[in-house]
Amino acid sequence: MMDAFFSQGGYAFYVWSSYGMALILLVLELVQLRRRRRTILARLGRLMRTRADRGNK
Amino acid sequence: MKLFRFSSPATFYPLAGKMIPWFAVLAAVTFLVGLYWGFFETPDRLGGTNPQKEYYRIIFIHVPAAWMSMWIYLVLAAYSAIGLVFNTRLSFMMANAAAPTGALFTFLALWTGAFWGRPSWGTWWDWDPRLTSELILFFLYVGYLALHSAIDDSRRADKASALLAIVGLVMIPVIFWSINCPDPNQCAALHQRSSMSNMEPNILWSMLIMTFALWMYSFAAIFMRIRGIILEREADTTWVRELVVAGQR
Repeated sequence: MMDAFFSQGGYAFYVWSSYGMALILLVLELVQLRRRRRTILARLGRLMRTRADRGNK
Repeated sequence: MKLFRFSSPATFYPLAGKMIPWFAVLAAVTFLVGLYWGFFETPDRLGGTNPQKEYYRIIFIHVPAAWMSMWIYLVLAAYSAIGLVFNTRLSFMMANAAAPTGALFTFLALWTGAFWGRPSWGTWWDWDPRLTSELILFFLYVGYLALHSAIDDSRRADKASALLAIVGLVMIPVIFWSINCPDPNQCAALHQRSSMSNMEPNILWSMLIMTFALWMYSFAAIFMRIRGIILEREADTTWVRELVVAGQR
């Protein structure tokens, strides 16, 4: 049953290339979104700290 | 007015944050159900006058992705129009957040289409009306994003790219009717006509569930992106400062 699933009636290349690309794109988008969020928060944090330092002097 | 309460970035930011996990869970569950149904509970052949072998299973990602590419464009154009008319910041941010995900699905529709076209038509690509108009849609997304990032002043960038999005709206009916034209003799298309009425119910349901899954995924991804955009653009406001200082993101 598993063999039939992977071979897709001999069209494995076409079927798995389609689903593979879907998987890659969706995962990449999520990874990129998380990474971007962390970058923004880190940058904002730095910005706030420099402002706070300036305020104390 | 209460309706406009959520159109403020400060109220929408935490709301979107609360909704992301729900959309993510719904997307994951419906992906699993849709894929299981599509791969194990459907016949090995797509019926009709032109029965296709097992590679037709690409349908469960191809059709939902193609639908999403058009729907997200409608969302993008609608928020652009609302932004231009009412001058609301959040609408432009919404349009901006939707564009990359829309471009992704357009590319995916083209890619999966090529892998379906090769075994069934013997070619990866053809300048068929539907394929060509979908490609133009992809370029519209890319053009929107490129134009937006080319203008430094974000408010001007919003307005210019919103206008482009609205002009590009003409492509949606073109794509839709490129194969479903009233007189089939007038438009010789390689691409199959789309009709849900004579589809095998299992195939139809898996396709609809996968479409729902992609919608949920899109909400999650677009909300994640808009939260980033809000933080960047509202960096000078008190609420963002308090949020960052308090560390409660």
